[in-house]
Amino acid sequence: MHIIESGNVAAATGVKLSRVQVIAAYPITPQTPLTEKLSEFVESEQLTAQYIPVESEHSAMAVCIAASTAGTRAFTATSANGLLYMNEQLHWAVGARLPIVTCVVNRGIGAPWTVWNDQQDSMAQRDVGWIQLYASDHQQIIDSVIKAFRLAQTVSIPVMVCYDGYLLSHTYMPFDLPEQSEVDAFLPPFVPKHFLDPENPGNFNTVTLPDVRPGVDGTMRPGYIEIRHNLHQDLRAALDSYAEIDREFEQRFGRGGSPFVEQYRCDDARFVAVAVGSLSYQLRDVIDTMREDGIAIGVMGVQMYRPFPDQAVASALAGKECVIVFEKALSYGNQGPLYSDIKSTLYRMDDRPIIHNYILGLGGREIKTQQLLDALTESCARPAAIEDTPRWIGLKLQEEHHG
Amino acid sequence: MAEKTTILNLTEEEFVHSGNRACTGCGLSIVYRIGLKALGKNSVLVVPPSCLTVLQGLYPVASTKLPCVNVTFASTAAAATGVRSAMMALGKDDVNVVAWAGDGGTSDIGIQALSGACERGDNIIYICYDNEAYMNTGVQRSGTTPQGVLTTTTPIKGKLQVKKDVPAIIAAHGIPYVATASAAFPLDFYDKVKKATTIHGPKYIHVHTPCPPGWGFDTRYTIKVGKLAVETGLFDLYEIENGSFSLSAPSQRLVGKKRPPVSDYFAAQGRFKSLDTDMVNTIQQQVDAKWAA
Repeated sequence: MHIIESGNVAAATGVKLSRVQVIAAYPITPQTPLTEKLSEFVESEQLTAQYIPVESEHSAMAVCIAASTAGTRAFTATSANGLLYMNEQLHWAVGARLPIVTCVVNRGIGAPWTVWNDQQDSMAQRDVGWIQLYASDHQQIIDSVIKAFRLAQTVSIPVMVCYDGYLLSHTYMPFDLPEQSEVDAFLPPFVPKHFLDPENPGNFNTVTLPDVRPGVDGTMRPGYIEIRHNLHQDLRAALDSYAEIDREFEQRFGRGGSPFVEQYRCDDARFVAVAVGSLSYQLRDVIDTMREDGIAIGVMGVQMYRPFPDQAVASALAGKECVIVFEKALSYGNQGPLYSDIKSTLYRMDDRPIIHNYILGLGGREIKTQQLLDALTESCARPAAIEDTPRWIGLKLQEEHHG
Repeated sequence: MAEKTTILNLTEEEFVHSGNRACTGCGLSIVYRIGLKALGKNSVLVVPPSCLTVLQGLYPVASTKLPCVNVTFASTAAAATGVRSAMMALGKDDVNVVAWAGDGGTSDIGIQALSGACERGDNIIYICYDNEAYMNTGVQRSGTTPQGVLTTTTPIKGKLQVKKDVPAIIAAHGIPYVATASAAFPLDFYDKVKKATTIHGPKYIHVHTPCPPGWGFDTRYTIKVGKLAVETGLFDLYEIENGSFSLSAPSQRLVGKKRPPVSDYFAAQGRFKSLDTDMVNTIQQQVDAKWAA
């Protein structure tokens, strides 16, 4: 069944269909309509779940951590400074290997205050160890939430489903609503091997020594570094798990097939634009225009950012002349984070493409399609060198800041 | 209250292994052992970083026989809410969900989450063991360190500010049960924890736990020092049940009686040695005024 709704309602509906058992949330723009919808689902008994209106994002993730440790499916959502306030808890959730799903409705970070969209919030969390999925439209939001719960409990690693604030969260689009029975068949209940159980008591997240140590039964147990090594290995293995989950989702729901990167007119392209989220769809219009002018260009949307799908990225970009990375985030003092990651992936190639980096749209600065066209035209005309300083789009600097 | 527990009818079942990593003479280890007896097997513990983290042992060995989740410093009460939510979702409503935190974890970094849980009316027991400083990290001042106490961050003049009255702050939330207790009166603490298991909603128990290395007294005097705190009238044992205040027996029997001077309590510990006579007299007058009221 197709409905027309907002991106936040798409996310909330995905959470409901996933039969989440515990929800904790603290309001922050532009996440608020998502949690309002969930509280409505719970109060109207369309969803049987505990809804905890916590007093902070730190506590929101605390509730999810504890509820997940106790063996229930837990969810929260946030944006911007709320996500940053959770930072310690994000590390804790993944260290404890809990299958929590969190929607991040992407927004710029203060100071100065901004409520508008960019992707600095989730990009700044790339090293915490969570899996990060990015949606480009409402269908991908609802589908990603359902797939995220399945992936999280398959690999025992929490998943962020990120989508652009306002551009997706508050706009209305048609999307297909999966059948509850189909979702139930796709997403089995969460049944952990170990959980907080008075019948079988265990002590979770105790102080762990630098070295390995025998348990009371004499078997050697891992030290901190082994536990962290295993997390990294499992994150890498999550790439294969997600490919398999995406295949299964496609068989059941008829959507999917590009779990890591979504390519548009890339097959015969000499140039490839790269972006995350809704910007990758906006770029499709530009690519169509340039194609009409005979420029062999395509666009690649990155759908999973952590673990980084380097093989999918490498095979998508192999043999291209120039790769142009557009980012609504910046590793300050260096370059765009996605640009760094793609450059690192290209390093292994003998015949590496040239790669350019554009920073744009920070704090919700409007991204005009003409600006994208101008930038791509410039990069395609002069793909001469790799640049380590990103170019900025749409800056309106005051006189004294020039040069 | 139901019949008072005595040493004759106290349950023999233990939920804390002996030989754990607590210091000799630790007031916490007394109340932890007694408190878990009162809670019983059908309980889940939530513990932030504190001396209790150390007491519980190092992976993969644990000294607690109850299920326990260690959580971040600021999140204790919220995590307890999370466990309770899961128990409700799983239909295991009869499980006691118990947060057990230190005074820094409660009065300072954890008070926002605790206030949130109390305001929401979440069905948890929160036990704050108060050794009156950050002992686990090496005796730094906390919100509940009393005035005049030498700590490693108030090393010369002693703490200038007064002790934060956490039970009063929590009572101001209007929760159904607030109590204070002392490691020196473990059976009184036992009965309070037991009572907390029978009440629905947030329950807060603030238990005074003398700390030999942090307070500067010999390990054999834990009970003596704890008793002096109560008997001099400095630390009062009481319950606030549905808004109704009552002194508990160890404090009730001081009413109308001559109490030992607070200087006895101060002299028994190294941490008060920077208090001058004027300050001791001022504190004595404050205590006398409180008991006269």
